[in-house]
Amino acid sequence: MSPRQTTPTQDLMRGVWKENPVLIQMLGLCPALAVTNTVMNAIAMSAATTFVLLGSSLLISLLKNHIPKEVRISAYILIIATFVTVVDFSLNALAPLVHKELGAFIALIVCNCMILARQEAFASKQRVGRSLLDAVGTSAGFTIALLMMGISREVLGNGTFLGVNVMGPHFEPWIIMILPPGAYFAIGFILLGVGYWQERKQPPTKRPRDWPHGVRSSTGPADSRRERQVA
Amino acid sequence: MRPWRGTGWEDRSGGEGTMEEPRLRLMAAPHLHAQDSTARIMWSVVATLVPVVLAAVWFFGAGVLLVIGAAMLGAMLVERLLGPGGAIRDGSAAITGLLLGLTLPPGFPLWMAFIGGAFGIGFGKLIFGGLGQNIFNPALLGRAFLQAAFPTAITTWPAVRPGEVLTFQGDLLAAPLMTPAEVDVVTQATPLGLWKFEGEVTGLWDLFVGATGGSLGETSAILILLGGAYLVARNYMNWRIPVGIFATVGLLSILFGLFDPTFPGPLFMIFSGGLVLGAVYMATDMVTSPITNGGAWIFAFGIGFLVVLIRGWGGLPEGVMYAILIMNALVPFIERITQPRVFGKERGVKKAEAA
Repeated sequence: MSPRQTTPTQDLMRGVWKENPVLIQMLGLCPALAVTNTVMNAIAMSAATTFVLLGSSLLISLLKNHIPKEVRISAYILIIATFVTVVDFSLNALAPLVHKELGAFIALIVCNCMILARQEAFASKQRVGRSLLDAVGTSAGFTIALLMMGISREVLGNGTFLGVNVMGPHFEPWIIMILPPGAYFAIGFILLGVGYWQERKQPPTKRPRDWPHGVRSSTGPADSRRERQVA
Repeated sequence: MRPWRGTGWEDRSGGEGTMEEPRLRLMAAPHLHAQDSTARIMWSVVATLVPVVLAAVWFFGAGVLLVIGAAMLGAMLVERLLGPGGAIRDGSAAITGLLLGLTLPPGFPLWMAFIGGAFGIGFGKLIFGGLGQNIFNPALLGRAFLQAAFPTAITTWPAVRPGEVLTFQGDLLAAPLMTPAEVDVVTQATPLGLWKFEGEVTGLWDLFVGATGGSLGETSAILILLGGAYLVARNYMNWRIPVGIFATVGLLSILFGLFDPTFPGPLFMIFSGGLVLGAVYMATDMVTSPITNGGAWIFAFGIGFLVVLIRGWGGLPEGVMYAILIMNALVPFIERITQPRVFGKERGVKKAEAA
């Protein structure tokens, strides 16, 4: 698998939307579901993850020629865990309330597969600058996704945005949205919207669904499309 | 080219005026058709629920029609917009809305009832692929969503006012997304709530006739039982499920009553809350109940057991909804262990071969 050459702009922008880690790659869903019941929690989680991703991308990219291939995953995990510990202690010292809200999920950033995926797929193969650009883009994408979740859940479930009432004094909160089931509804609806948006962008394709009215061999557009994909 | 050319079939497919009976008619099996269709069964169920709705109007006022109407509108609108073409006509969405409406308290804000119906059909049925594919009873799923989303509104029970048909209790017309206003409404605890939190047992006759606080369909046990009897007579419903549920709940409450004298008697347990409506109309949903008779007994026992468990020791006074939903999830497994023997095969042959 030889990585295609990409421009620095592509490295930066790729993770933001086109390959958004949560919405497109479906990585890091655990924090996206678990700690997005308020916008504040979503922001804190994004900030913590951003720091860990930037730090570990930098370090792993620097050390890529010194980490033996056989033990690389363990080495990545060790590096990521170091930064997670830093975040854990700093948050506990600086914002104990937020730390209490996020609870175990700060420590669980270690096993956020989005971070490990960026290290394995990108930072361990690219130069330092490229890795940092990629980390910034991916973190931005993660933040966007978590904010979408956090805003929809807090506004619907509590009628507030960052604790400020936005829906008027008589709004009836949908309690379910700040409960765990609400996380699944929110991500489901967001993914539905993203999928719909992506499908609409593509030119309409004629699907070979003629069967059983006129059974036809699948020639024409369907086959040529498949060939194009292979090529 | 029509494959049946020359078989007499073209006479029937021809235009008007060629309606003479063909001499030889060739067609594929099945040759005998039952009268029943999905639509017929569904609309029969709707018809048997009409007396129950009328009883709710008698006890709670005409406002209940608005609540039920809003739930039906939500369910049918989603079915019409997102469902397969023509699915609205089979009446299953109407039933979902109607049953959901019957599980709601009188005076429930209409916009919430609408959302419940839309959610029940959208997430309870269409997301699984439409009628026949759903795992959970759509009406109960809609109510479970409402219970989790608006816990205050769904546990506000306006008092029963027999005969005052033209009253509209509660803030029915609360603006969408807004909290219902605190109108002067006399509330009344449900019999189960009274028993659980006050230790007070409601009289059996009131329970049987339905002159108690509670959801719209929790009132008149006798009308629900009559409707169920009609459906059983038409073979639209597996009688084993309600009978099994009633038997389990009754026997278990006798059993627990032996150890704990404050535990209410079997008749109170059966006729209070939504058990009659749930057992007769919700648990017997053809899609979400086991198809085998042995499975129906297991299914009924599970529901009855969970109902007694939740009522006796759970945090909520009523547990019929969750009991049915939990057992709905187990239906595929129940069906797997109660598969009938294939005709011509002996019992246990497979095991002997494997050994």
